[in-house]
Amino acid sequence: MDVMPKWAEVVLVPLISLLLAAILSGLVILAIGEDPIAALKLMIDGALGSTYGWGYTLYYATNFMFTGLAVSVAFHARLFNIGGEGQAMLGGLGVALACLFIPWPHWSLGLLGAIVLAGAFGAIWAAVPAYLQAKRGSHIVITTIMFNFIAAAVLNYMLVNVLRPKGAMDPATARFPEAVHLPTLHDILAPIGISFSKAAPANVSLLVAIVACVLIWLLIWRTKLGYEIRAYGHSESAAKYAGISPVKITMIAMIISGALAGMMAINNVMGEAERLVLNATEGAGFIGIAVALMGRSHPLGVFIAAILFGFLYQGGAELALWTSIPRELIVVIQALVILFTGALDNMVRMPLERIFLALRKGGN
Amino acid sequence: MNNDTTAPAIELKGISKAFGPVQANKDISIRVMPGTIHGIIGENGAGKSTLMSILYGFYKADKGEIFIGGQKTEIPDSQAAIAAGIGMVFQHFKLVENFTVLENIILGAEDGRLLKPSLAKARKSLLELAAEYELNVDPDALIEEIGVGMQQRVEILKALYRQADILILDEPTGVLTPSEADQLFRILGRLRAEGKTIILITHKLREIMEATDTVSVMRRGEMTATVKTADTSPEELAELMVGRKVLLQVDKTPPTLGDVVLDVQNLRVVDEQGVERLKSISLNVRAGEILGIAGVAGNGQSELLEVLGGYADGTGSVTLNGEAIDLTGKYSDGKTRRARGIAHVPEDRQREGLIMDYSAWENTAFGYHDDPAYQSGIFINNAAIRQDTEEKMERFDVRPPNPRLAAKNFSGGNQQKIVLAREIERNPDLLLIGQPTRGVDIGAIEFIHQQIVALRDQGKAILLVSVELEEILSLADRVAVMFDGHIMGERAAGETDEKELGLMMAGVET
Amino acid sequence: MDFFTLIQILDATVRLAIPLLLACLAGLFSERAGIFDIGLEGKMLAAAFFSAAIASMTGSVWIGLLAGIAASLFLSGIHGLASITFRGNQLISGVAINFLAAGMTVLIAQSWFSQGGRTPSLSGAERFNPINFPGALTTTNEVKAASPLMQVYSELLSGHSLLVYVALLTVPMTWWLLYRTRFGLRLRAVGENPAAVDTAGVSVVGLRYAAVAICGILCGIAGAYLSTALQAGFVKDMSAGRGFIALAALIFAKWRPWHALYATFLFGLFQALELRPDVIEAVIGMKVQGQFLGALPYIMTVVILAGFVGKAIPPRAGGEPYVKER
Repeated sequence: MDVMPKWAEVVLVPLISLLLAAILSGLVILAIGEDPIAALKLMIDGALGSTYGWGYTLYYATNFMFTGLAVSVAFHARLFNIGGEGQAMLGGLGVALACLFIPWPHWSLGLLGAIVLAGAFGAIWAAVPAYLQAKRGSHIVITTIMFNFIAAAVLNYMLVNVLRPKGAMDPATARFPEAVHLPTLHDILAPIGISFSKAAPANVSLLVAIVACVLIWLLIWRTKLGYEIRAYGHSESAAKYAGISPVKITMIAMIISGALAGMMAINNVMGEAERLVLNATEGAGFIGIAVALMGRSHPLGVFIAAILFGFLYQGGAELALWTSIPRELIVVIQALVILFTGALDNMVRMPLERIFLALRKGGN
Repeated sequence: MNNDTTAPAIELKGISKAFGPVQANKDISIRVMPGTIHGIIGENGAGKSTLMSILYGFYKADKGEIFIGGQKTEIPDSQAAIAAGIGMVFQHFKLVENFTVLENIILGAEDGRLLKPSLAKARKSLLELAAEYELNVDPDALIEEIGVGMQQRVEILKALYRQADILILDEPTGVLTPSEADQLFRILGRLRAEGKTIILITHKLREIMEATDTVSVMRRGEMTATVKTADTSPEELAELMVGRKVLLQVDKTPPTLGDVVLDVQNLRVVDEQGVERLKSISLNVRAGEILGIAGVAGNGQSELLEVLGGYADGTGSVTLNGEAIDLTGKYSDGKTRRARGIAHVPEDRQREGLIMDYSAWENTAFGYHDDPAYQSGIFINNAAIRQDTEEKMERFDVRPPNPRLAAKNFSGGNQQKIVLAREIERNPDLLLIGQPTRGVDIGAIEFIHQQIVALRDQGKAILLVSVELEEILSLADRVAVMFDGHIMGERAAGETDEKELGLMMAGVET
Repeated sequence: MDFFTLIQILDATVRLAIPLLLACLAGLFSERAGIFDIGLEGKMLAAAFFSAAIASMTGSVWIGLLAGIAASLFLSGIHGLASITFRGNQLISGVAINFLAAGMTVLIAQSWFSQGGRTPSLSGAERFNPINFPGALTTTNEVKAASPLMQVYSELLSGHSLLVYVALLTVPMTWWLLYRTRFGLRLRAVGENPAAVDTAGVSVVGLRYAAVAICGILCGIAGAYLSTALQAGFVKDMSAGRGFIALAALIFAKWRPWHALYATFLFGLFQALELRPDVIEAVIGMKVQGQFLGALPYIMTVVILAGFVGKAIPPRAGGEPYVKER
């Protein structure tokens, strides 16, 4: 029986988990001798107080929408893709190759080309673990973790030994040509009379991410493929009975997941850095896990959670700038969100269920 | 046998237990005298297993008291149950597959912190127990390498090794052949002779009549009666179980046979472990006939349904209406089978037939979600599926008739009706149906049986698999018995009886 | 390559393999009891920080070691709470623990020492120092000139910190505990079929918490080794993926103690060779990319998991929270 009404399941449980994470984070800030309220104010001010702040918040949020969706799609097929980080790294490689070696006449075509290559690279990096899971029974969590490390090695090799311009010291590619520089939010909003910070990195990729959210929602809840992915995620044995191939679903779900993670690179590599550097992903692949868990694997939830994490990221950077609280505070908050919305879900849910049961009995 | 002055081995007083909103046990009281075999009978879901789990410390009763040998006893966990001299043989064995028999026996009952002395001691007492109760097992065999009958012996030995005086067996014959079951009952008789008290939980009337001294009947969480077995009859017990007179016979006319719809020749299935599950089976089903497959669970019936339903690979030849069916290639999957006119109501609706978290309407499209009627463009037409579901729910009297409710929130009978509606309403040429009434309440059983017969009368071919002989005998026109992956033989339903089929189920040529 | 270079590489192998070995055995206890643990990395990192920090504050490496174990145990407790008590997803819990450790160590390090997320350098009694066997030579030049046997004795066997010898002893102890004691029998059983343990009257929860606690202690020692023996102080993210290599080694070893020793030493050898590209080039006659050697344990794990070199079958109840059946 469903003990809890749907709204409690969808809104109340994540909200309480988030509150718990927030309270603990506040305690952490207190413990290192800072004022949590002041810190929160500083974060809000820094992340949402100006279009510059918003520009960064939305830039980070764009990354997290892609990786959050990536983890969510895999979750629907009951696959835990921890490899978003590696897939995003490979996506970066795809973007770099697309931008450096193809002379695009216009950024829009360049963006399309970059999306295709980034997606393809990410998809391939997810397809191998998917194949090994589907055909050889390797645990996808372990394989995708291993693929993160292998991706880091590949990227390191490519940047140090192959793509680094002659004479350059740091392991990075050359700058991308002017033609593939993406318009920022400033460029997009200026024609319609909205002034937006010129310095902030948020760019047209945000719109691509929002479109991806809508498309993934349609895919999961309005198409046969989405129906099959969810069915397989709920029950493998039933899926087999119905003629839904586990191999096919595992492969397709992971390929979509990897492609989404890879596509993140149009934002951080093409939109922001405009060249590929080591550690371009900055852990966004892992934050996707927190975003997906908080957003209950629903694209709308992912959208909201991504913006929240974008805020945390930008706010955290401001904190590090103006106080002695290091940026790693965000990592702690991220950990707490994963812990409470993911692993300790039942800790929140069980008492709530008891309350609802008592309410129902009282009502009868 | 027992005079009334001896204290009962077990006495339960006023036991109640609820799981959330479900009341599994309601104010149950029972007395079991020492040195007897006491049967507890009831339908699936009547609360028998819950009651025994309370006795074994798995669940805490909400209310009520337990007396063991006249002493009031608290049983908060299995440890306490074992200490009170209770041993339990669960329906699903609780053995560590890659441990030896000996290791399983001592697990939790070791002497001291080191293994060697424990193992040596257990080896010795195992030999003694084996001699005393005819319970021979190889102590060094791995559990995964011995058969289910042997595994059950290990479970009994585990209890005896822990010096249990009271032995509870939960549906012990479900996985046994009739001859293995007979052997089990001989062992139980011996245990009784040694003064042990035995509680036998079953839903099979015959076992109650053959093996028990006293019988208690449970219905919907309540204990409806306790009687001496000698003073009752199967008919009376059946009535007590279901609460009214049962029609054990299904009304049906003789079949009007048409052409052969399904023809199976030399069908073989080898599972992932390389074990041959179907060993060259041949059978056919004609239009307008029900072929019943009888047999103890695990003798290849599931694999037969799986390979015909398109989710296990096989070799051999299968034709439907004279056209060959691909058994191993690209087109051997459930969807393609449905497109060819094979509908399938699987044995386990919770694991296979339904997605328990999906709503009724999503389940109604399950397996048929490619149907053009359910699409609009590249998207699924949810409204159309809901509409279709509402109609099917009404025709099959599914309650509550709410397409948006998740499958897990329907009762077993209504879940089965959702599956049945989905499969039958497709107007298939062949219906594969496994355990159609397992875990289904009596009212729904009659409805489901009527639907199956009605489909036959429309001239469809039906392959029915059931472990309930009674069901096979009342529905099937022809009966094939499976044993160890073979078909032992076929009989016309009117020319055989439970006894003959029982022998065949045990692998005895008749 | 001369004999002394070989000995030097093997010596480096031992030093680099030890944290992998301890973490691998830690994971072995946990996973044999049916609790997947991808949080080995985080536990090691937390222990590395607290060992170094407390050793630096108190001047005693022993108190530091205890602090490291305590920190690791605390994270084990969270993992236990999430995966045993609240039956949450063990993998997600492990991910959370890794991030918690990565963030908290830097946060606290910054708050306590204000040195950019490090601890002060440790010296003297704040570290586990090398133990020199009687008669062992100590300077490189002396060893180089000595006989091969003496080289093995002085460079390879002698001169490690106490924790190295402790870690090596842990292998037979783990084997004995697992296969020769009541606790080991029950531990293995609970990872294969917890229902069997439960119905036999033994607490599944208790056993699993015990396993997770042992895992915490071993990760604690591994972390302490990193910051107080292998290095002299804590730096940010110093576990550097060792927890995951240990996990890889555990799969490679198919969850068996002696094989864990072999696997971690093999992976330790890769790490040692990564530091000496000149040696590889001299031996096989071609340049091998350092990145390739670094990635080799991960690649090998993928190959093993895929069953191309013998099938790795994890404990059957692994990763599944235990729920009593009705």
